[in-house]
Amino acid sequence: MNEPTTGRDAPILEVSDLNVTFRGGIKAVRGVSYQLRPGEVLGIVGESGSGKSVTSLAVMGLLPEGAEVTGSVRLHGKELIGAREEDLTRLRGKSVSMIFQDPLSAFTPVYTIGDQIAEAVRIHQKVGKDKAARRAVELLDLVGIPHPDVRAKAFPHEFSGGMRQRAMIAMAIANDPDVLICDEPTTALDVTIQAQVLDVLKTAQRETGAGIVMITHDLGVVAGLADRVLVMYAGKPVETGTVDEIYYRPRQPYTMGLLASIPRMDRPTERLIPIEGNPPSPAALPPGCPFAPRCPLKVDACDDAEPELERIGTGGRMSACIRSHEIDLKGLDGATVYPVPEAPAQREERRPRAERETVLKVDDLIRHYPLMKGAVMKRRVGTVYAVDGISFDIAEGETLALVGESGCGKTTTLQQIMQLQAPQGGTVVVLGKDSAKLAKAERKGLRRDLQIVFQDPMSALDPRMPVGDILAEPLRAHGHKDAKAIRARIDELLTLVGLAPEHAERYPQHFSGGQRQRIGIARALALEPKLIVLDEPVSALDVSIQAGVINLLEDLKVRLGLSYLFVAHDLSVVRHIADRVAVMYLGKIAEIGAVDEVYGAPAHPYTRALLSAIPLPDPELERSRERILLKGDLPSPANPPSGCRFRTRCPKRALLGEAEARKCEEAEPAVIRLAPAGDHGAACHYPENTEAVAAPGV
Amino acid sequence: MRSKVTLARLARNPQARYGLIALVLLLALAYVGPFFGPYDWTDKDFTSFLSPPSADHWWGTTQIGQDVYAVTLRGMQKSIVIGFLVALFSTGLAALVGAFAGYFGGWVDKALMWVTDLLLVLPSFLIIAIISPRLKGASWLWFVVLLGAFSWMITSRVVRSMTLSLREREFVLAARYMGIPGWKIILRHVVPNLSSLLIIDATINVSAAIIGEAALSFFGFGVQPPDVSLGTLIAAGSDKVTGYPWLFLFPAGLLVLLVLSVNLIGDGLRDALDPGSNK
Repeated sequence: MNEPTTGRDAPILEVSDLNVTFRGGIKAVRGVSYQLRPGEVLGIVGESGSGKSVTSLAVMGLLPEGAEVTGSVRLHGKELIGAREEDLTRLRGKSVSMIFQDPLSAFTPVYTIGDQIAEAVRIHQKVGKDKAARRAVELLDLVGIPHPDVRAKAFPHEFSGGMRQRAMIAMAIANDPDVLICDEPTTALDVTIQAQVLDVLKTAQRETGAGIVMITHDLGVVAGLADRVLVMYAGKPVETGTVDEIYYRPRQPYTMGLLASIPRMDRPTERLIPIEGNPPSPAALPPGCPFAPRCPLKVDACDDAEPELERIGTGGRMSACIRSHEIDLKGLDGATVYPVPEAPAQREERRPRAERETVLKVDDLIRHYPLMKGAVMKRRVGTVYAVDGISFDIAEGETLALVGESGCGKTTTLQQIMQLQAPQGGTVVVLGKDSAKLAKAERKGLRRDLQIVFQDPMSALDPRMPVGDILAEPLRAHGHKDAKAIRARIDELLTLVGLAPEHAERYPQHFSGGQRQRIGIARALALEPKLIVLDEPVSALDVSIQAGVINLLEDLKVRLGLSYLFVAHDLSVVRHIADRVAVMYLGKIAEIGAVDEVYGAPAHPYTRALLSAIPLPDPELERSRERILLKGDLPSPANPPSGCRFRTRCPKRALLGEAEARKCEEAEPAVIRLAPAGDHGAACHYPENTEAVAAPGV
Repeated sequence: MRSKVTLARLARNPQARYGLIALVLLLALAYVGPFFGPYDWTDKDFTSFLSPPSADHWWGTTQIGQDVYAVTLRGMQKSIVIGFLVALFSTGLAALVGAFAGYFGGWVDKALMWVTDLLLVLPSFLIIAIISPRLKGASWLWFVVLLGAFSWMITSRVVRSMTLSLREREFVLAARYMGIPGWKIILRHVVPNLSSLLIIDATINVSAAIIGEAALSFFGFGVQPPDVSLGTLIAAGSDKVTGYPWLFLFPAGLLVLLVLSVNLIGDGLRDALDPGSNK
């Protein structure tokens, strides 16, 4: 990178050969270099543990003591590494601002949002108190907070997650910074909110003309936003180039694999391509290329030395792989290089859905929580309508996905099903048995057939038990006594999920996230269940690992004839794995039907907005597509809007006539089948482009 | 893995290391020491009363001719045994009560916490002082039960609140959805995951129990003669501390050393088990 360092195009931030070593010789960052020009968005992409966050903390000088930082970070040509703390403090928030992942912990809970933004203004600018307060309101208005003058007086806990992140952005741009570092700014948010926040970020950049460093693991987010991309692996940049070059012509095997492993909305039926193995531990890096153990293009020379970034072609494109030129010449891509795992053959021709046994039937399920107030004298002040009358069923061998944003009642629905107790209202029928009418022994018997896989592989396994005991627990609980038979079953289960029998002696902390999730799946399979409830089983995993787990789930379903209830917020994963999908909004089902029909012709405005909010890992598509941005946040389930629950945010309602719109306020729409032949229903008075748009009043 | 890390951190902590060495030496003194002394603790040497430390009586004698070395070590054995038993009993009780209350919630929680709060507000010293004379002639183990019964409450509240958060953890949910009964989940998943808290608590309880035992025995409410403990010995020696200091200094000094070493280990364990500390 030998670009000119002066003139209009001079980089504002120059990082060269940055190294961070933590105590114990753990090399978290090894030789990162990049330049950021004014108004440019640089995406830093990598999986967890790749050192992308540590890089940005090192740039800000925010690493804890005990971290050794070498190299050079120059802001407007001024060296920051080794600078005095007072000088850095003057720069932070003024020239360089940072936006963190968790907006809740980034605000002090005891001051109002307005005060905190005003404080940020007053630290770096000599303005009066009232002027700073006015500026805070302006900033809140800029990031799209409704009634900014009122909301400025609110405390952080009174803001929703998305609003807090906007306020965080407002604070970051308060002093017109030159560089904005965003560390996973939308990871903790729902897709529709993520779309809003990304939009605000674009506004913020337009206003300030700042250069943005966007750190994320989500290749979709970067595709639409970044100009250039830097891919990191094991603490080292492995490829850099413009966004189009990286996405359409990746020249480093890791980048190629990463792009190939993402479930794509636009290519749903293809088999996902996982990258085998796990990223190396920063304490024990392999001698040569750190990616070599997982690389399908590995040759013997890869183990000799770690490849440095080398220029390919013309322009600023660099790649750290000894075979990059070869890849470039042959025009290889991830799908051709990586072995595509074979899908198991369908055992038998599927019978039509109506003829198959129904394994789970949920009818008008209701779960309300009382809202209590007062410490001594508790009184009921309201009701949280967590789940408010939902119905669906799952046929044998089918996957139904339950999708929705956080707070829509997915998890409550799951708990109601898993508890196998009589629900507050409605019925849950598992394998033909009504959960309200179960005797104790029957309930325990039914638990054999109904198992669950949890979201967080860290918390789902007891850290104090070896894997063998974890897998043996369900077997022992259900009357398996013979130690030899249990041992044999454990070996079988571990092999089934792609682990080795000798792993039974190890503890959960010896495994990576993906492996732990496999153990969780093995535990669920131990009793040969018929229905498995999957609670966001891949959302805590990195994409390259996620692909392997999704493939495993698909294989197991076919081989063992399982049915899945798959709860997720990631619509691209759902598109890939599910047969049918139910979209939930605020305790109700908004739309339900076969995946192809719902994704192909979404009828409910909420589904349309959800689908349009998903970032696609394709820069061209991402730039050209039209987004339906929803206004505001999810209303509180304690106080849902009257009539249609979605009406407060509905983009369609704005287009309706007054009389038509009144209906949304007055009558709650039920799920109506849209076409007599298809498997597709929506709870909307005015569904999109289908025959069901009958005369008003139907 | 975790236990290895903990042990390594414990060994790196100088306080804990010295505490551990001191405790091992004190235990050795209490249990091996008597075999090397020339007298048994029940022996009375009628040729020397209240004689100062000498080659024959290493730590001197009492006014009835008992060998202070032998008697003190015997008393220390008793104090150590009582200390460890009380700690085991009270920590075990705290873990069970707290975990059951936290796990089951509802009326189980209400009832157990009511008992806990009740015991917290009762003046324990007074009650033990009133009850223990009635136990004269009964086994000293009753004394252990009494001491233990009044020292578990605060830990059990901590255990309860930790159980409340553990109960929502997914591995506990997983066990529940497997159809495993509640008491089994508590013993298999909840209590083992509180082990670091319980280990620290038990260690600190040892020193508290030793001090409690000594205090009660000092006032005559604890260990009853002819049995001896550090507390009774200190009581017996305290009025002669100016003229015959060996009667008081040896048991009192050993008590201080014992409690100090256990406390050092407890602090070291807390640092070693706490991932946030940098020691």
